[in-house]
Amino acid sequence: MIAAHLPALQIVVPLVSAPLCVLLVKARLAYALALVVCWVAFAISVLLLGQVLDSGVISYRLGGWAPPWGIEYRIDPVNAYVLLIVAAIGALVITYAKPSVAREVGSGREALFYTSYLLCLTGLLGVTITGDAFNIFVFLEISSLSSYVLISLGQDRRALTASFRYLIFGTIGATFFLIGVGLLYQATGTLNIADMANRVAPIEGSRTVQAAFAFMAVGLAVKAALFPLHAWLPNAYAYAPSVVTAFLAATATKVSIYVLIRTYFTIFGHDFSFEVMTLGPVLMVLAIAAMLIGSTISIFQDDVKRLLAYSSVAQIGYMVLGLSFDTVLGVTGGMLHLFNHALMKGGLFLALGCVFYRTGSVNIEAMKGLGHRMPWTMAAIVAGGLSLIGVPLTVGFISKWYLLLAAIDSGMWWISIFILMASLLAIIYVWRLVEAAYLSPSPENAPAGEAPLIMLIPTWVLVLANFYFGVDTRVSVGVATRAAEFLLGAGS
Amino acid sequence: MEWPGLYNYWIVIFLMMAGLYVVMARANLIKKMVGLSVFQASVFIFYLTMGKVAGGTAPIVIPGNPVYSNPLPHVLILTAIVVGVATLAMGLALIVRINEAYGTIEEDEIDAQEHDS
Repeated sequence: MIAAHLPALQIVVPLVSAPLCVLLVKARLAYALALVVCWVAFAISVLLLGQVLDSGVISYRLGGWAPPWGIEYRIDPVNAYVLLIVAAIGALVITYAKPSVAREVGSGREALFYTSYLLCLTGLLGVTITGDAFNIFVFLEISSLSSYVLISLGQDRRALTASFRYLIFGTIGATFFLIGVGLLYQATGTLNIADMANRVAPIEGSRTVQAAFAFMAVGLAVKAALFPLHAWLPNAYAYAPSVVTAFLAATATKVSIYVLIRTYFTIFGHDFSFEVMTLGPVLMVLAIAAMLIGSTISIFQDDVKRLLAYSSVAQIGYMVLGLSFDTVLGVTGGMLHLFNHALMKGGLFLALGCVFYRTGSVNIEAMKGLGHRMPWTMAAIVAGGLSLIGVPLTVGFISKWYLLLAAIDSGMWWISIFILMASLLAIIYVWRLVEAAYLSPSPENAPAGEAPLIMLIPTWVLVLANFYFGVDTRVSVGVATRAAEFLLGAGS
Repeated sequence: MEWPGLYNYWIVIFLMMAGLYVVMARANLIKKMVGLSVFQASVFIFYLTMGKVAGGTAPIVIPGNPVYSNPLPHVLILTAIVVGVATLAMGLALIVRINEAYGTIEEDEIDAQEHDS
């Protein structure tokens, strides 16, 4: 009985718990509730992935209304995989959150923090699970509005302007998506994604459909922070509370990339996206520019959170590069990097949260000698950094390997040069951290001592996952390949 | 082409461009929010326009065999209006906080203060 309603519970549980957090008022109670809810959401996503892999696509009718009239939750190998990533990161980050939130958000606002966190999780899960184009917009705005709140809770006053800038960008992006959905509705008369996909194919030549494609592609590129539409991202990540940065960096842009994938491959189909609209070269150029420029800028950052934020811009380039090949190998590489980057950046930003918790700064100056003062935290940062570079035995290597294979497979071996160049740039910015932490003396009277265990354990779980999935690739590569085959098979 | 044709769409395009222009060209944060709202409102009108069926009436069951306009876009846009109101409220709340923190809501002055610090 319950098993049949898992898709609805995935959304309803965090959505209903969010206002309960406000009513609980006390930080400890709100934290306990949020913790339980996030782990329940994670358990549901594991069960859903199991069901999808066993018995194929799940179609859930919300309120019993049959699609295409009612809203349908449709779970296939692609979004079951993304759901799992989002829910897993959500659960790990909330476990870590309590001491960090108490320090960075301040008393009296903690219950509200957990409310926004749960709403943001609801929105991200909702965008992923739904099979209705308008529903995507609604959930996208739920997650965005709550993330504006989360970012503005940062201590630095620049968090406010960063949040405001994100609000302007995010609203324009989401409204562009809405315009695209409207044009598609006009052309096809449906909002259900599966139904839309069938009806778009015969009217490919229509100017309305082409305009819809353009609006949706640009709007989602803003939300995903695809270069050159990434201007909102660095400040938003740099000044948000550490917990929020870790959560958003590992999930929010990934979900936008997922919607991009849905739009390109499922709604419009890859024949239309890549042959009629010639999306491939456009994405490829933007992706390579993102990889090189993002990595180069991050070398010159002194604020380590900002450094990693620019590195995120570069990593989004890798994901989009994978998509731009329009082959099973390429999309597998992109999907793999989506998963792997969530592990690396989640781990790295959580470790930085530990640094901030103890030293009150994440500037590179403040990290001098940190390797001796906070050995476990610093080791986590180095391990995450290795994964970011793509050293063998880490997940970063696996996804870059697949991207290289895809480039060679598509006959574009020269792209591998850009992948290698971006990796070399990553070595430079990771080395700056290593140099500061291990080869420079600590300033006098520097605070020493490790962060609390409750913060270190989730950090290390994510960091060790980087190595586990870097060695045992059966699960991650297997699921990503199935997702890619599903996407390209559905499109042709 | 018959002039003015489907003039609603011209209004939509004008409002959309005007709204986006205000967001980009004005440094005052409140004016930016106004521009953003105009931009969103243009999309609301776009949805309402496409729901209209020529000669159609409101979708209420009445005797005879009337032509009905499509009610679905109206329902959709009701949701989008709520989102728009929430965005506006959020934006204005942030502007209040920015004014408290910086003492100004002009973007260039805020930028100058950020570069000094």
